[in-house]
Amino acid sequence: MRFRGKLVDIGCIQHFTRVVSTISKLAKTCTLRINQSKLYFILSERVVNGGVSIWCELTQGHFFNEFNMEGLAEDANEIFLELTPENMVKSLKSAQNAKWVKMKLTKKHTPCITFEVELPSLTSHSRTVVHDVPVSVIPKRLWDEFEEPEMPDFDVSIYMPPLKVVRNVVDRMKNLSNFVVLSANQSGELILKVETDLVSVSTHFRDLTHPQWTKDKDPNVSQTPTQTQQRDPQEFVEVRVDIRKFAQFLSSQQVGPQRVICNIVDNRIIHFFLLHDDVSLQYFMPVVSM
Amino acid sequence: MPLNTQQAEDDGQYVLVAKLDNARNMSTILKAVHFKETALVIASAMGLKVTVEDSKCIQANAFLQAGIFQEFLIKEEQVTFKINLTVLLECLNIFGSSSTPGSTTALRMCYAGYGSPLVLMLEEGGVLTNCSIKTQEPDETLDFNFCSTNVINKIIMKSECLKEAFNELDMTSEILQILMSPDKPYFRLSTFGNAGSTHSDFPKESDMVEAFNCTQTQTNRYKVSLLKPSVKALSSSVRVSIRTDNRGFLSLQFMIKNEDGQVCFVEYYCAPDEDMEEDYDS
Repeated sequence: MRFRGKLVDIGCIQHFTRVVSTISKLAKTCTLRINQSKLYFILSERVVNGGVSIWCELTQGHFFNEFNMEGLAEDANEIFLELTPENMVKSLKSAQNAKWVKMKLTKKHTPCITFEVELPSLTSHSRTVVHDVPVSVIPKRLWDEFEEPEMPDFDVSIYMPPLKVVRNVVDRMKNLSNFVVLSANQSGELILKVETDLVSVSTHFRDLTHPQWTKDKDPNVSQTPTQTQQRDPQEFVEVRVDIRKFAQFLSSQQVGPQRVICNIVDNRIIHFFLLHDDVSLQYFMPVVSM
Repeated sequence: MPLNTQQAEDDGQYVLVAKLDNARNMSTILKAVHFKETALVIASAMGLKVTVEDSKCIQANAFLQAGIFQEFLIKEEQVTFKINLTVLLECLNIFGSSSTPGSTTALRMCYAGYGSPLVLMLEEGGVLTNCSIKTQEPDETLDFNFCSTNVINKIIMKSECLKEAFNELDMTSEILQILMSPDKPYFRLSTFGNAGSTHSDFPKESDMVEAFNCTQTQTNRYKVSLLKPSVKALSSSVRVSIRTDNRGFLSLQFMIKNEDGQVCFVEYYCAPDEDMEEDYDS
């Protein structure tokens, strides 16, 4: 197994850092999957992760100037590593003014991703910083745990209002209750609501827009547009979630501005889909029954 | 306009309706008295009085006069209820507590009478939040019986200089001793902590002192833990009046200017520390 990549453009380095930073705020440990064209940060749905699952996909070509990888075998040309994203962030933080950053899979006392950062220098001598981020290699028999999650057969799909506003409101609601109910309809309305014995607070967003899903645009979409259209557009669907997890998701977002799609299956699934030019992030939160 | 008639119809059920274009004009004043979870709210034609007490030794009152509201309608002579002040402040600040220039949260507050919840409608940038907070049976509040005729010593000063002294109060000291006198040192704050005693003197000739009316040398001691919350009021204020009466009771009155330049008052009453009563009859 080999992996070597070099980031040269300072914009790419900073962008990559922001993406990894977002991941680090969402998960303590996660899986890094590498193939010829993409990098993925994956958190699979497990009780130990509190039911949250993350799928973050980066197109390698938009970040790396040089990229070489050799997977486990010819018929399994991928690399799966488990690591702590915060360690990657710490390494990348020293690269914010770098001339270039090299990432390499190495074997030190343990397998590592080694970051080599060439810093600007006033003299002719180069200044290099080297970080070793320990990783553990995930065996092939576990690879099927890290497949792309199925796009849910959602009831409502809506573009979120600016996350900053949602975040402010949820941060306050967090002090009032442990759970928040998100409801949305296909008429541009989204409501956040907390309710306890002492107080009930509901925030109503209007005039939001909806993404147009078609089978052609995304082969993962199992439903045709007409399915969503069969619903009464005024009808609300809702899910109840742990408010802290939702607040954590909102405060983790470092990469912006972007469109954030929220897909809801009534009382069952909530799925956030962040689309950016070169990176997409999917976030599933566990739903607590009403 | 349909919306206003709708509101007018809804308002029929309420004994109190208050509208404020900038919710911060209310939340800033309430924050200045937020040192316990519950507060007593008394509404009258004059406006709102919000009272918070602790240990039967300290009482803070925030006054939101009717004039600061864009609309203030009350159907009864007086309306009283107890409410969770922490929750009320969270609701008033639902769109975030930082003041972004240009963006304000509009507030409409309604109360339908005994047993009803306090209903708040807040709007910012087209987003609407509705809150319904349970109210409780009002408690009796203490009457500190502090009247101006019994005032022995009075100083009015700019809040700036007192802020520093109060912020640096030695918390290892159980008491704060306040000396006020027509003679030197005029006004002295003292603490007696683990590291030693600290004295802060404020001469009456200082620019910071706006009025000085001390008739008798008085030394009074107050529990630091009880007075420390008044720092919240002090930090938002521009001017403070410090008065002590013949029993050694302390009255602090803070003048706070809101974002629209209107003035609101917050007052703190504190009873002297019984364990160490000084004899101050001179």
